[in-house]
Amino acid sequence: MTTAAPRAWNVLAEVMDPEIPVLSVLDLGIVRDVHESADGHEVRVDVTPTYSGCPATEVIVADIRAALSASYDEVDIRVRLSPAWTTDWMSQAGRDKLREFGITPPNGRALLPVLGEDRPDACPRCGSRDVEQLAGFGSTPCKALWRCVTCREPFDYFKVH
Amino acid sequence: MSPTSEPAALPSVEAVADGCLLVSHRLTEWVGNAPTMEEDVALGNIALDLLGQARGLLSFLGDEDQLAYFRDADKFANPAICASPNGDFARTMLRQVFVDCWLEQVWSTLTEHEAEVVRGVAAKAVKENAYHRRHSRSWVLRLGDGTEESRRRLLLALEELWPLTAEITVPGWRESVTGVLVAATVPVPTAASVDDSAAAACASARRELLAEMQSLARAHPGASW
Repeated sequence: MTTAAPRAWNVLAEVMDPEIPVLSVLDLGIVRDVHESADGHEVRVDVTPTYSGCPATEVIVADIRAALSASYDEVDIRVRLSPAWTTDWMSQAGRDKLREFGITPPNGRALLPVLGEDRPDACPRCGSRDVEQLAGFGSTPCKALWRCVTCREPFDYFKVH
Repeated sequence: MSPTSEPAALPSVEAVADGCLLVSHRLTEWVGNAPTMEEDVALGNIALDLLGQARGLLSFLGDEDQLAYFRDADKFANPAICASPNGDFARTMLRQVFVDCWLEQVWSTLTEHEAEVVRGVAAKAVKENAYHRRHSRSWVLRLGDGTEESRRRLLLALEELWPLTAEITVPGWRESVTGVLVAATVPVPTAASVDDSAAAACASARRELLAEMQSLARAHPGASW
């Protein structure tokens, strides 16, 4: 990963996921590479999509382009499919922000085929570990719907992927 | 013929793309009609994943819109089961088990494909499919080992859908499906033999599905929104 383009990285740190507005594209781990031309006029960003059918991906690419266009004359965004994105690439800061936002972050690493045991570690509101699944699929492709047995609040869980 | 003596046929990328596209469309027919809100959301999510997977492969094969909306029904390469009608909820969920178990083997194989794009789509799809399979499996277990009525419907669905699985010859599929059926306390049929009338009914159902799916794009060629 190139680190020699601080201007681009600073811009990317402010581009948020449209569905989960506390997470930047850097927190999500979808920015795989950044190259700035020697004269500083051009930038190339490699982005890896999160989910096959996630409608937010197209919006995110457009948002990255718009944000970088304010700082560069030429913006080249390449969508890179391999290696596939995984929640393992999400930053610790991103995980902390998710929990504060009311979404329990992915619990564990994305090792196949262990998805059968995928469950949140705790309720994001009261911290209780006594939680139960309401539905395996939620309001966006990344989430499942769970409920805290202790405080009775439903909450979203960001699935291990 | 015993399953072990059948040729180990791997489907083409086109067959996988078309299968994902058409079963995705079938699942969207449940959106707004599913038995519970949670199930409505689940089927919508699964359909969206399958649509995304289809788009990835269709874009690799050519122009995705051209292939999806302007190809005639007899040019689609999907396994018949993918386009078969939803029927009741038991039939939809059993079909999904058959499709998810098929894709489980297919995606795993395609992660080694020669084309990088296909490998990339497959690596993502392996995980998505694991969630789909867990969902469809859990429903088939509950239906088979549930009430008298849910079991009756599942057994009827098995009788109707099983002949369509004759063309699924990817290694590992039968073992995967058998595991689900046994857990659902449902008798596992012997390997299906090709049934021409069932295949003809599926071809007809596919024409109807595509007539609806393609009508808007064909009425307004080149439109964007």
